[in-house]
Amino acid sequence: MPAFLRSQMRNIAPFVTLIALIVFFGVSSPSFATLDNGANILTQISVTGVIAVGLTFVILCAEIDLSVAAIANATGIVVAYFTLQENYVNIANVPLPGIAAIVLAVLACAFLGLVNAVGLTVIGIPSFIMTLAMMQIGAGICALLVRGQIAYAVPDFVATMGAGRIGPVPWIVIVLAVFLLAGHVVLTYTRFGRYVYMTGGNREAAEYSGVNVKLVLGAVMVISAVCSGVAGMLGVAHFGSAQQNEFDGYLLDAIAAVVVGGTSLFGGRGGIGNTIIGLLILGVLNNGLDHVEIDSFLKILIRGLILLVALIINVYVQAVRENEQSN
Amino acid sequence: MPQASEAVSGDVPARLAMSGVSKSFGGVAALRDVDFTLRAGEIHGLVGENGAGKSTLMKIIAGVHTRYQGRMTLDGHPVHFRSARDALAAGIGMVHQELSVVPDLTVAENVYLGKQPTRGGIVDWRAMFEGAREHLASLGIEVDPRARMGSLTIGLQQLIELARVLFSGARIVILDEPTSALSPPEVQRLFEVLRSVRASGRSIVFISHFLDDVLAISDTVTIFRNGRRIVSEAAAGVDKAWVIERMIGRGHEELEESYTGNIALDSKPRAPVVLAVRGLGAGRAFADVSLDIRAGEVLGVYGFMGCGLIELARALFGKLRPKAGTLAIDGKTVRLSNTAAARRAGIAFVPESRRSMLFYREPVYKNMSIAVLGRIGRLWLQPSAERAIARRHAEALSIRPPTVETLLQSLSGGNQQKVALAKWLTWPPRVLVLSEPTRGMDVGAKDDVVAILRRLRDEGLAVVVLSTEPETVLSLADRIVVMKKGRIVGEFAGEAVSKDRLLEAA
Ligand SMILES: Nc1ncnc2c1ncn2[C@@H]1O[C@H](COP(=O)(O)OP(=O)(O)OP(=O)(O)O)[C@@H](O)[C@H]1O
Ligand SMILES: [Mg+2]
Repeated sequence: MPAFLRSQMRNIAPFVTLIALIVFFGVSSPSFATLDNGANILTQISVTGVIAVGLTFVILCAEIDLSVAAIANATGIVVAYFTLQENYVNIANVPLPGIAAIVLAVLACAFLGLVNAVGLTVIGIPSFIMTLAMMQIGAGICALLVRGQIAYAVPDFVATMGAGRIGPVPWIVIVLAVFLLAGHVVLTYTRFGRYVYMTGGNREAAEYSGVNVKLVLGAVMVISAVCSGVAGMLGVAHFGSAQQNEFDGYLLDAIAAVVVGGTSLFGGRGGIGNTIIGLLILGVLNNGLDHVEIDSFLKILIRGLILLVALIINVYVQAVRENEQSN
Repeated sequence: MPQASEAVSGDVPARLAMSGVSKSFGGVAALRDVDFTLRAGEIHGLVGENGAGKSTLMKIIAGVHTRYQGRMTLDGHPVHFRSARDALAAGIGMVHQELSVVPDLTVAENVYLGKQPTRGGIVDWRAMFEGAREHLASLGIEVDPRARMGSLTIGLQQLIELARVLFSGARIVILDEPTSALSPPEVQRLFEVLRSVRASGRSIVFISHFLDDVLAISDTVTIFRNGRRIVSEAAAGVDKAWVIERMIGRGHEELEESYTGNIALDSKPRAPVVLAVRGLGAGRAFADVSLDIRAGEVLGVYGFMGCGLIELARALFGKLRPKAGTLAIDGKTVRLSNTAAARRAGIAFVPESRRSMLFYREPVYKNMSIAVLGRIGRLWLQPSAERAIARRHAEALSIRPPTVETLLQSLSGGNQQKVALAKWLTWPPRVLVLSEPTRGMDVGAKDDVVAILRRLRDEGLAVVVLSTEPETVLSLADRIVVMKKGRIVGEFAGEAVSKDRLLEAA
């Protein structure tokens, strides 16, 4: 195998997986490979995608954020809480102008991210534990604000971004594209992005090079929380309601998207390009399974198995590559 | 020139023989047509410049590199190992240049790595701790088997890794630069261990850049240059000058003085103090350390392993928060709350362990630019500027290969060390703190480092060199303080000093 191909294995394997899935579903179902369905897939991955952008930063630093879905949920509920709801909605909410509601929601998720950051860097709690606690805290905030009820209204701007279209293109897909692009630019072309990779690659060495490692780690936790918050607001608008446990499936999906795409859980390798492929694999898989005729209860299992295979291919290919290199 | 085979031991059988071994990495030849013979019960010293191919040849023997040309026989039978585990099963163990201990496990677990004693299917911890203690004690290593590996000094970790290899029953033991982190008493202890291992009929390969060590312990020395084996010779019949000449390929008398005589220290007591250290202390590591670090002067700090040198160096770079005392730069007190603050204050630091300084899976240029990225561009990266700077350093320090896109992990150990130094040289800091700056470097490269540091000093930089090697301190320092058990016990300034006097003071 040419050296270039070999060195790109981490990126090629997920790509091949994606193509294989597309071909498979395209052949098995005539309704899969259509333009409309393509747009569907992109819309379906948007909320996960915005979360995954932030999560990519965290995982590149060899940390993890388990609170992304909870923070998304809480932020979505906060923005609805500060929006005037219909009379039949039985929530003691505080209506504010749309812009104020959005600002408060963004501040709320940034603050939760900051708490994560402080726990991780100042107190020294491992991110796995810290964000597990934050997951509970986020769920608690949701529960307190809506008390088992459902809110529907969100500020107009959020509603447009989450559920509106510009011509044929859903705004939410554009928002996703903007986040992916911004994430990519920051990671690849800025000094901060380099620090993220280096901190993930060898934290001690980064520290001995005079990099403020704690600042970098704190920043990625905040970035992750803010991305989650934005995804939460979009999601609430997209689903048309804000309620508890609305985002529960998104934690695993977001982590899977990042890792299946080839970003290493051990830090330092991967990037937004990988996350895009991971998102598409996940999107095609979720969507494609709805187009083929199988027992809908079996689908959940199949989805899990295919993800497992994708991960195995990933890890295996990486191992092969590292082996070849040292030989 | 008689070959070692006849010179050493006419009829001792070859334990391991290699013939016509070549190995290249992506078109770059690391070994060319090498013949190598290791006899039963001998200590075989291996020397050569950085990148000469020593580690590569040993990694082939130890089953790490599995693709190569040429033949290898073990006790007369052809072998080709598929993995390090294969080699170990055949009785070949290697202690690598970069330690491969598991820092988060206990000492005992490291000794027993992969084959813990069990009782009824579960790990028998008591047997393991007892066994490890006994085994280590039999090698003269006193250490708590329950201690976490990562909390020990590098020197001790190295000895324990050696103990593990011996413990696994290896008949051929390969030591890649085992003495580079050891203090003189530890080196002596290692030598005793090696002699007793040899007496039991096992064979040892000993790689080192300390030619005195190699000549003292080896039966045979083999010299490598540029991927070729130049010569093998009985160690008893050769001296250091002879070895250096063959290593470098030209005469080089002035290259390494042996520091048995007196070295005149060129201290500059009137130069302005850049970094003033007053009463610095940190727990049990060191206490009441006061130093004046002056512009245009190299301050050497010498002491044995474990005397607090390493911790002191970390405290000067904000990595370790001192409990007592103050630091002042240009008379202004500074608090170094982290390494970034130290860097901003104009302090640079090269730690003794390469692993904690370098990014192995990143290209050379990113390794060099990391410390100065903020100077190259505040927000945006400037890759072309990074590469240009890196190329300049690669040339100035004669780093091989000189292509800055090379991944750091494919550089030889000594060349990696040069990269670690290079990263601070783009915009010289006010104070450069170096812990073991020449560890693992060949004589030529050491010379280069001495020249570079002298130049920086003459440009007015304040340099601190902390080392457990008297030669390093003597070759670099204009003034020397000696540390012992965490305290400063002596100072040599403006006088002549010899290695013996240094050792005596410590
Ligand atoms: N994994 C690898 N990939 C590519 N090149 C390599 C690799 N390992 C070693 N090399 C190259 O092979 C040559 C020999 O390296 P080797 O590590 O054997 O040197 P050495 O004699 O041990 O030097 P040192 O004293 O510096 O440790 C060097 O040019 C090095 O860059
Ligand atoms: Mg080597």
